[in-house]
Amino acid sequence: MSEAPAGTGPGGAAPDVVKTQELFVSAAPHLAAGRSTRWIMFQVVAALMPLLIASTVFYGFRAILLTVFTVAGCLVAEAIANAIRGRSQASLGDGSAVVTGMILAFSLPPALNFYMAVIGGAVAISLAKAIFGGLGHNLFNPAMVGRAFLMVCFPAAMGVWSEPAIVFEGMALAAVDGVTMATPLQAAVDRMPGLAAMFVGQVGGSLGETSALAALLGGLYLVLRGVADWRPVVGTLAGAMIVAFIAHWAAPQTYEGPGFHLFAGAMMFGAFFIATDYVGAPITPAGRWIFGFGVGGLVMVIRLFGAYPEGFMFAILIMNAMTPLIERVTVPTPFGGHVVTN
Amino acid sequence: MISSLLDSLRGLKSFPRGVHPPHRKKYAEAAPIQMFLPTEQLLIPFVQHIGAPCEPIVKPRQQVAYGELIADAATPMAAPIHAPIAGTTAMGSMALLPSGRRVPAIPITPATEGEVLPPDFLARFLGGDYEKFEPTSVDPDEICQKIRACGVVGLGGATFPTHIKLKRNPEKPIDTLIVNGCECEPYLTSDHRLMLESPLAVVIGGQLAAHACGASRVIIAIEANKPDAIEAIRKAAEGRPGVEVAVCATKYPMGGERQLVPAVLGRTIPSAPRGLPLDVGVVMVNCGTAHSIARAIVLDAPLTHRVVTLTGGGIARPGNWLVPLGTRLGELLEKAGGGLTDEAVKVLGGGPMMGPTIPNLDVPVVKGIGGITVMTEAETARWQESPCIRCSRCVDNCPLHLSPTSIAHAVKFRDWDLAARFDMNACCECGCCSYVCPAQIPLAQYIRAGKNQARMMAAQNK
Repeated sequence: MSEAPAGTGPGGAAPDVVKTQELFVSAAPHLAAGRSTRWIMFQVVAALMPLLIASTVFYGFRAILLTVFTVAGCLVAEAIANAIRGRSQASLGDGSAVVTGMILAFSLPPALNFYMAVIGGAVAISLAKAIFGGLGHNLFNPAMVGRAFLMVCFPAAMGVWSEPAIVFEGMALAAVDGVTMATPLQAAVDRMPGLAAMFVGQVGGSLGETSALAALLGGLYLVLRGVADWRPVVGTLAGAMIVAFIAHWAAPQTYEGPGFHLFAGAMMFGAFFIATDYVGAPITPAGRWIFGFGVGGLVMVIRLFGAYPEGFMFAILIMNAMTPLIERVTVPTPFGGHVVTN
Repeated sequence: MISSLLDSLRGLKSFPRGVHPPHRKKYAEAAPIQMFLPTEQLLIPFVQHIGAPCEPIVKPRQQVAYGELIADAATPMAAPIHAPIAGTTAMGSMALLPSGRRVPAIPITPATEGEVLPPDFLARFLGGDYEKFEPTSVDPDEICQKIRACGVVGLGGATFPTHIKLKRNPEKPIDTLIVNGCECEPYLTSDHRLMLESPLAVVIGGQLAAHACGASRVIIAIEANKPDAIEAIRKAAEGRPGVEVAVCATKYPMGGERQLVPAVLGRTIPSAPRGLPLDVGVVMVNCGTAHSIARAIVLDAPLTHRVVTLTGGGIARPGNWLVPLGTRLGELLEKAGGGLTDEAVKVLGGGPMMGPTIPNLDVPVVKGIGGITVMTEAETARWQESPCIRCSRCVDNCPLHLSPTSIAHAVKFRDWDLAARFDMNACCECGCCSYVCPAQIPLAQYIRAGKNQARMMAAQNK
């Protein structure tokens, strides 16, 4: 075979020889499953749609606006962080800031001021994600950090819980006094809504808390698509149920049973959408179980004995802090045992 | 997850984790094996196996006959090399191997007068008179000696000298011999075609190998996506005591020894680099190797040719060819494969999961190359690394239960102690982690580089 003259480039084939063209050299493997980070993020966005629709039904157009404002806050903070760090703005399109904004929005009270929502989103991205090095480097769940910031700065506004605007026949709750009731979980102790009412979304709460059904629908989609790992989901629900069962068994007059806690508050939303967040959770199989059980158990401990009615935010943040330790003690054993040296 | 569930419902042999890449066997699976006769000069490398390089026996400008011994080594850990065609040798030179190594080689110009090969070579390669042959009639030591004399090595790609693998070791008794006909690499079809067109030789070869190493059981493992090959092998194995066919799930890397042995026998091989199948009483040979063993023992035929798949969207005429070792790849691709198409971007020595890219078509076909995959831009992945989002897909899909992203991280920071804590050297480099990574981090590539660097560092510190 005669050598193609230098600079002939692709297609410059001499007659009677294998076409001389540029061949790429790279290390195996040469195939990829083709499910990108961006694909994963927009699957999560799609799975959040039932919750967005449900919360729009129950709280009106305001639910969508609140979501738009938190997402906007996240994207602006991401863009500024990229500019400061001298990086391309490509990360705006990877969907991670959108997911953070939506998760944050769904953990906020529906009546929250929009400017607070923007601040929450901006803090989530800037303080929890960008300063640690951006996507994949944050120690704590950005949405939960954003929510914690809002709780510290605007405790009054973060404690206002509206009742769903639409109440289905036969599921109506006992009369409630206005929109500034204490909290749904505390109030629930007094007037104990039916499980069906809680499941469909007849109890006031944050956007994502209201309808356990919508959260379950979106969450199951994520698990079946292989986007969310089922282990932290089952771990969270099981951990919470165990603590709830023990408390109820010890003092049935004081504490509601596990069934109530399964559908109350953010349990479904949190188990499927917050506990399954990749970055702050361990990557080892055993670690994911521990993480899930820890989140579920802490949620119940905070619900039952803490000062706050719902415990997901602190449960996630505490378990995020435990993640490096959990990974350290759950280094996987290879299929054939650890490598033998010497 | 769901496809693994279906596999177990179908009763297929399988292993936990692993991936399901697209098969893409359609290119060449229906193409019968054809004979390829090169007209250009052949280049025969003296290293076509793991072990000591061979030394030339022939001189430059010497006439050689088909099957004549042209290079051998004095040590046992080597496999001699024979002339694949009749011709004349030229001055010794160097050959670039598909793996990227450069080794001594000798060119052979095909003879212009007389027969280059014995008549009906392809028919005799696939056929052969095995019906009346009794595998246990040969002495085990004699089998090993003959296998060495015929230059048989592992044709699955590892090219480990087969006579060493089969040699009996009183401390490690062997009870089962597995013939690996999984061919789990996408695209490749040479093993499939060989089992379909020459099943009896594969079965006899398995029986001979079992007799040599002392195994009483032969299991021929084939993935479920080759029903015609399963049928052919079943028919050939009928009435032969101790020979079974295991139908395996179509899953990657089914054909890896650390996956196949647990799948068909439920035995776990201790981790690399120490653990081997013989630690659990098993020897595994590729179906092409079994075929070569049968030819060596029954027909006295040295390993001079092998079946090579030419496949992929970047080649004009995909197919399966019986190719003399030493044939220049460029000639094979042009004359047998019809040349590369305009879309071709990568030429792989093997399949897309583990095959190295070939930078230059002047490499010769060697014993370890079962296929050439020519990929188009659309078929191959372009890796654009982005940050790890800790999704744990690499951990959940690693067939060896490692934590690839942790190892890759340690390698990036050259922290060999940390890499060792995550059992870097247990990695078999199958590439499942890179395949599933949504951030397109070349995890297997990092780990492979890390293993090499750590080995070099350790050698320097000695």
